[in-house]
Amino acid sequence: MLPAVDVRKVRKHYGNLRAVDDVDLRIEQGEFFGLLGPNGAGKTTLINLLAGLALPDGGQVSVMGYDVVRQYRNSRMLLGVVPQELVFDPFFTVRETLRLQSGYFGLRRNDAWIDEVMHHLDLSDKADFNMRRLSGGMKRRVLVAQALAHKPPVIVLDEPTAGVDVELRRSLWRFIRQLNRDGHTVLLTTHYLEEAEALCGRIAMLKQGKVVALDSTQNLVGSVPGCRVRLRLSGGLPAALLPRVVERADNDYLLALPSYQALEPLLAELREAGVAVLEMSVQQPDLEDVFLRVMKVAHEAARPC
Amino acid sequence: MLSFYTLLCKEVLRVQKVAFQTLLSPILTALLYLLIFSHVLEQHVEVYPGVRYTAFLIPGLVMMTVLQNAFANSSSSLIQSKITGGIVFVLLAPVTYWEFFLAYVTASVVRGLAVGAGVYLAALWFAQPPLQFPLWILLFAVLGSALLASLGVVAGIWSEKFDQLAGFQNFIIMPLTFLSGVFYSIHSLPAFWQELSRFNPFFYMIDGFRYGFFGASDVSPWLSLAVVSGCLLGMAGFTLALLKSGYKLRL
Repeated sequence: MLPAVDVRKVRKHYGNLRAVDDVDLRIEQGEFFGLLGPNGAGKTTLINLLAGLALPDGGQVSVMGYDVVRQYRNSRMLLGVVPQELVFDPFFTVRETLRLQSGYFGLRRNDAWIDEVMHHLDLSDKADFNMRRLSGGMKRRVLVAQALAHKPPVIVLDEPTAGVDVELRRSLWRFIRQLNRDGHTVLLTTHYLEEAEALCGRIAMLKQGKVVALDSTQNLVGSVPGCRVRLRLSGGLPAALLPRVVERADNDYLLALPSYQALEPLLAELREAGVAVLEMSVQQPDLEDVFLRVMKVAHEAARPC
Repeated sequence: MLSFYTLLCKEVLRVQKVAFQTLLSPILTALLYLLIFSHVLEQHVEVYPGVRYTAFLIPGLVMMTVLQNAFANSSSSLIQSKITGGIVFVLLAPVTYWEFFLAYVTASVVRGLAVGAGVYLAALWFAQPPLQFPLWILLFAVLGSALLASLGVVAGIWSEKFDQLAGFQNFIIMPLTFLSGVFYSIHSLPAFWQELSRFNPFFYMIDGFRYGFFGASDVSPWLSLAVVSGCLLGMAGFTLALLKSGYKLRL
């Protein structure tokens, strides 16, 4: 099966800045794929290359097998992009905006789908409002609706939930998940790591224009060994356990353990010392831990020796 | 094809939605010119024998308005959507550079002709120039506004702020229109300026357009037609090449 997105040895430099530096990335059809990285890592540039908003200095990008430069009409038909910036055309109503967008993609009578998209994004009662009258969150919804106007098999969301209220975030993800279940490929960039962890099957992490990690979300999260234990004790921690302390406030401790197997000896040690456990919670490593670790490693690797 | 048609509709809709600024105010400006110049010069100047100055002035003013509005339309629409970022919706869509070019130029021609027709109809109240060759009038109006619309596309793409676009308008478009014989026949100019005017494409646009009204002109209308068509082809070729390369649009 053709990959939904195929990025091969792609380079994009702006002066001395290597925005995207020899990136290889293959996203299969039907995936929910996350692209993470700090600000300026090259996420948006990569998306711009995919969407034809920027032209690569080297390498090849294709969408469902179509080269985005040479076969741009085909590739753009198959791609729906929600841009990061909150942009809108101030002259038109929501419905006009969506009809125009359909027309750009060669769709004449698209009102049934437009109504459906508006319904899913809670835009129906705003259909005849001018874009200028909408709040920021509502404008963001219209951007999503515009990207979906031509039912693209590949959907790209560039930080769609930045500055968006909880309600929209929920309804947006419900809808995007539904589309993903229906077979649409989704490529998401976000700063909310818990969001990426909950939604994405695979994740690539970008730093300074390079892919520094690429794996399934499960493997990435599993790559950070150990766990953390939060304890409230009846007395002080035995001296032998002090090296494990990450945080401490009175008799509240946060301890780092190398693995779950270390939990039982810990409790045994406490019992022997006659210290009772009043409260306890075990925290699994999450994507944030992975992210911080990967970014730190990449940073050290990039440092000149 | 539908992409072109949609983009064209969007551009025409934009003109309609801000009609006060895009249609009414240029008509008012042209009428003010007509009122003042005809009042001051009516008694003093007779350019063609038997033609009142006001009647002579009307075609020039109509064409000036057509040209300026064609330029203003494509250039300001483009820079606006660049600054607000709305251009991204067109850039993301499978719109070819040809369709992009034709849509912006056609919409600008439509606005130019609409404003020109408005000025002409309102000016009839002051004087009624003859209509010798209406097809020549239409031909020059279309070719001239298409040329300026194409120039407007280039200006809109090149400019990064309104300031730069205003520079284009004030230092290129305005001097070339004013020095083209809108208000006079170039035969009334000193030899040097007369010679210089022959290098100004606006002169040929206005002279050819005026020929359609009076059947008389400073140079042969065929020469004007050749110059204007040549300029349009060159300009369109340049604009299309620019759009194809993605200059300042696809970074």
